[in-house]
Amino acid sequence: MEWFDNGWGLSLATFLPALGAIALLFIPPTQEQFIRFVGTLFAGLALLVGVILLDQFDFANAGAIQLDVNAEWITQINSRYHIGVDGMSLPLLVLSLLVSFLCTIYMWFHIPAPGKTKAFMALVLILETGMNGSFVALDLILFFIFFEIVLVPMYFLIGIWGGPRREYAAVKFFLYTLFGSIFMLLGFLAMYFQSEPRTFDMLALRDQAPFGSELFQNIAFLGLFLGFAIKVPMWPFHTWLPDAHTEAPTVGSVLLAAIMLKMGTYGFIRIALPLLPDAAVNYAPIIGVLSVIAIIYGALCCFAQTDLKRLIAFSSVGHMGFVMLGIATLTDEGINGAIFGMVAHGLITGMLFFLAGSMHERYHTREIADLGGMLQQIPRFGSVFAFAAIASLGLPGLAGFWGEMLALLGSYNPHPGLSEGLFRVLMVGGGIGTVLTAGYLLWTVQRVVQGRVPEKFAEGHGIHDVVRPEWLAWAPLLILILAAGVYPKLLLGVTDAAVQALLGVLDGAAEGAAAAADGGH
Amino acid sequence: MNRLLLFAQEHGGEAETAEHAATGAIGNVIWLVPLLPVLSFFVILFLGKRMKSKGHAVGIAAVGIGLLISLIGFVELARGKGIVQRSWTWFEFAGGESLKIEFGMHYDFLTAVMFVVVTTISLLVHIYSTEYMHGDKRYTFFYAMLSLFTGSMLLMLIANNLMMLFVGWELVGVCSYFLISHYWEEKENSSAGIKAFITNRVGDVSLLFGIFAMGALGHTFNIFELNHLAEEGEIHGTGLTIAALLLFGGAVSKSAQFPLYVWLPDAMAGPTPISALIHAATMVVAGIYMVARMFLVFEHAGAALDVVAIIAAITMLLAAILALVQDDIKKVLAYSTISQLAYMMAALGVGAYTAAIFHLFTHAFFKALLFLGAGSLIHAVHSNNMSDMGGLRKFMPHTFRTFIIGSLALAGIFPLAGFFSKDEIIGGALRSASEGNRASAWVVLISGTITAFLTALYMTRACVKTFWGEYRGQGHPHEAGGAMVTPLWILAGAAVVVGFLGFPVIGPFADWINVPGEEHHGFSTLYNVVLPIAATIVAAAAIFLGLLLFLRKRWDIDILAGPFAWAYRFVENRYYLDDFYLNGVVRPVQYPISRGTYWTNQKILDGVVNGAATATVALAQPTYAVIDRQVVDFAVNGAAGLTGASGGLLRYIQSGNIQRYAAVLFAAVAIFVAAFALT
Repeated sequence: MEWFDNGWGLSLATFLPALGAIALLFIPPTQEQFIRFVGTLFAGLALLVGVILLDQFDFANAGAIQLDVNAEWITQINSRYHIGVDGMSLPLLVLSLLVSFLCTIYMWFHIPAPGKTKAFMALVLILETGMNGSFVALDLILFFIFFEIVLVPMYFLIGIWGGPRREYAAVKFFLYTLFGSIFMLLGFLAMYFQSEPRTFDMLALRDQAPFGSELFQNIAFLGLFLGFAIKVPMWPFHTWLPDAHTEAPTVGSVLLAAIMLKMGTYGFIRIALPLLPDAAVNYAPIIGVLSVIAIIYGALCCFAQTDLKRLIAFSSVGHMGFVMLGIATLTDEGINGAIFGMVAHGLITGMLFFLAGSMHERYHTREIADLGGMLQQIPRFGSVFAFAAIASLGLPGLAGFWGEMLALLGSYNPHPGLSEGLFRVLMVGGGIGTVLTAGYLLWTVQRVVQGRVPEKFAEGHGIHDVVRPEWLAWAPLLILILAAGVYPKLLLGVTDAAVQALLGVLDGAAEGAAAAADGGH
Repeated sequence: MNRLLLFAQEHGGEAETAEHAATGAIGNVIWLVPLLPVLSFFVILFLGKRMKSKGHAVGIAAVGIGLLISLIGFVELARGKGIVQRSWTWFEFAGGESLKIEFGMHYDFLTAVMFVVVTTISLLVHIYSTEYMHGDKRYTFFYAMLSLFTGSMLLMLIANNLMMLFVGWELVGVCSYFLISHYWEEKENSSAGIKAFITNRVGDVSLLFGIFAMGALGHTFNIFELNHLAEEGEIHGTGLTIAALLLFGGAVSKSAQFPLYVWLPDAMAGPTPISALIHAATMVVAGIYMVARMFLVFEHAGAALDVVAIIAAITMLLAAILALVQDDIKKVLAYSTISQLAYMMAALGVGAYTAAIFHLFTHAFFKALLFLGAGSLIHAVHSNNMSDMGGLRKFMPHTFRTFIIGSLALAGIFPLAGFFSKDEIIGGALRSASEGNRASAWVVLISGTITAFLTALYMTRACVKTFWGEYRGQGHPHEAGGAMVTPLWILAGAAVVVGFLGFPVIGPFADWINVPGEEHHGFSTLYNVVLPIAATIVAAAAIFLGLLLFLRKRWDIDILAGPFAWAYRFVENRYYLDDFYLNGVVRPVQYPISRGTYWTNQKILDGVVNGAATATVALAQPTYAVIDRQVVDFAVNGAAGLTGASGGLLRYIQSGNIQRYAAVLFAAVAIFVAAFALT
């Protein structure tokens, strides 16, 4: 097992799903149950490896990269196969492993038209490898490849298994995010050429940071910003999201919301902030303002939605706004809160998309005006929905609270290099956002699960309460939502050391800049 | 930071504090009081439906044990045992240097009194509801939420820091939401729940920001540490005033003060036992409790207490006037609750700390009694409206007698509970006004006296309308059974006796509850002998006038025909405050503003994205004709064929959209590269 301890276990967790996809090639498409079994097996094995890795991980030293492998890869450009995790990436990796596995379980319940279980399962598994890889990659080129890989399976998931406007949504999703990625790549290349010796290694670059003039940093940051901001998505780059979410099949929406959006926010804290620290301080006010716009704007758009899935999609815009606000504060409260918010949003919004999908299966509509009375007709289902909605509005004791609270707390006392006045205003904006969020979520609960059963569903054909695969897929999410809310240390105990390391880089850069300024006088 | 570290050393880790040595056994079990109902919530939720009792037995047992422990704890404190303090680290950043959030408890007399109140009323409501809610569709869920509420409330009361208090604070809010919306088949009930939650959210945001501000000032969230710092003058100035006012913002919504009281009357949509427990006796006093907990902060925070006093003085009067014109008996009691909460708040505002808590204590018993009595009436006549009642004293003797006791206690008639507590508040206001020469105290004194008069008047009106005259409703009302009547008599007994705990000079209440750090702020002595007599005359006059007006109908007044018709309409429409919130804020956000935002999203933000694609196509037409058709299309078709994608995708790729977007992409990249070239 030496190879496992020496870091290849992490590779195994990353690539097992892709291996599963290859294994599926050899199974005839008609063997649907077997395909489901193999897919679930590989996703499950990956999760199992992930759990073993949790045991291997030294939590007392969560600020350092662990379980890493650094092997030769593309020697010509000095790009290496360097992967590893620290307290910042570990929770996201585990989230990815878990949610992907739950998605394969959910597929036992339902595969949308036009069926094709084999292709569907294979794409989900490839997607999982791309997501896992993004959270473990420590080389910019490697990161870029994983970051881009996910576009392809998601493109097909939306384009083939999606709703009526799937083609538009798929192309828009693909090109919009690709558009951002190009700039991100340019930013990566710029840093590569600026570094001495030239390297794509994130850790090596971090040690070299800050490099180049402030102007250089600002322009390189702009490239990274465009790439990540579109992925998050931040206002005003979010318009691909509602379309992609609305049209995507349930599993696609869940993975998109729960994991893929986090690749953008993760990119900020893993790459943009530590590698370009001076630019990070310069951009933070802009990011903060855009985030608060996203919070309020997203909530207002939610009020205007008639389609439940689209409503949840817009709610993601607002919730990711809180995550980005936390990052923009450049404080340990804010960034820890941001990571907490990422995981919480993954659990809660993932859950909401599962519910929206299952609701569509039962009622064949997602029009809020047509729905109602679920607590009466299918009480367990209705209760789970109400629970998820309450969690989403940030109730203390459930996961949604800590991320938002810490982001706001960080805004109260932002990084010393930032304007306190501005961030206090942003905090108030965020506070207004929490009121609006509670408003649209409770209004949705009222319209969807409370009230009387609409006449056309009164007979209840095909409308059944939660079934077993659903419980299996949902129970872990529901339990984690509660656990993270009651015992936030579960996550914050892991993330803080890594966040402190990140802040050390930021503060070091700030001090370095101050020293340079003093030297100039 | 140093202070925080020092504090961490004192209280941190798993270590128990020095006080514990003197605590006795109670410190080892007191945490069970909040924990048991929380556990009971999960048990009832998941297993309740399978139980013979449908869950109520678990809740009753949990709260019953809690009451027992609370009583023992209280006695221990009264015997001079030390207070209980323990805390653990909930989570911390940078090893506690940057931020440390604790999970800790602090059990002192204030907590002990509140524990007794909450567990007592909760237990009685649990028992009462076995009959009142019998046969309800969501009987089990009702009991589950009742448990969760009780646990959350107790958690909030034992919290030693503001963050934990906030967690309990919001949890009781969500329980309140679920219980108000209990009959959610009707939209107006679920709307009432939403209104309550959102109005409270506004206050909660204020409270949270206040907590941030306190934390930033004192480098700790510990309640006692913060009070200490304020008293020592280590935290002071405008910052502290703002922080205190932000905290008070939370109390304004939770304890239903002007201008955020609007949710409480609507909250009456919930089952009546809930109104008794949550919306009269316990949850709504959370704001009073919080201000009392932070009292030294408020005292040293400039004009903060004046603001508290003025807001409370306005609230008590506005609400008492509204109570006078309601037909729904629960709304009479709801506005009365708002008015009485304002009394407590005003007491804090004028510095009558002990009196505020004493009134909280007595009010919990007689207001719960009145609500449960109202529940008994509603249960019998199947209507909330007093116009459907009348003459019920003949049919429901127990409800009648207990309700009258509750009403007299509320009106402040000797020797019932309300008499003593209300008297102390008026006395406190007078003392503060005359000795401290505070304008705000004068306002409280005047407003409080008028409110005392109005209180006796509206309760007389309510009693006359329900119990006297002819029965105006449907069917044949009859007295409720033992499970409902017994709690009524217990509470009626309490309403008679608890007032003596605060008997001037000899009552022990003032020994228990004092401004932290002050020995015997205590109750008034001979100074106020005139006051109780004057107060009794005011109340008696109001009752007499009420009897003439409503029972004897001495004057047949048609207000709407008189010169004050406009004033009546103004009151009848609740000062248009609800209308303002609904039509001035909620509906615009819900419809035009949100639709406008969404319109900009679709037409402008997304329009730019789609428009860029279209524009590029127009510009790229010549290129498209030559290179695309012949070179790129060939490659794309080939690639698409390889992927084996669906026909739809193929069609899409062939239709040229990819190229369209790709063209935009490359144009953008070109600009970006140019930017690099310039650096």
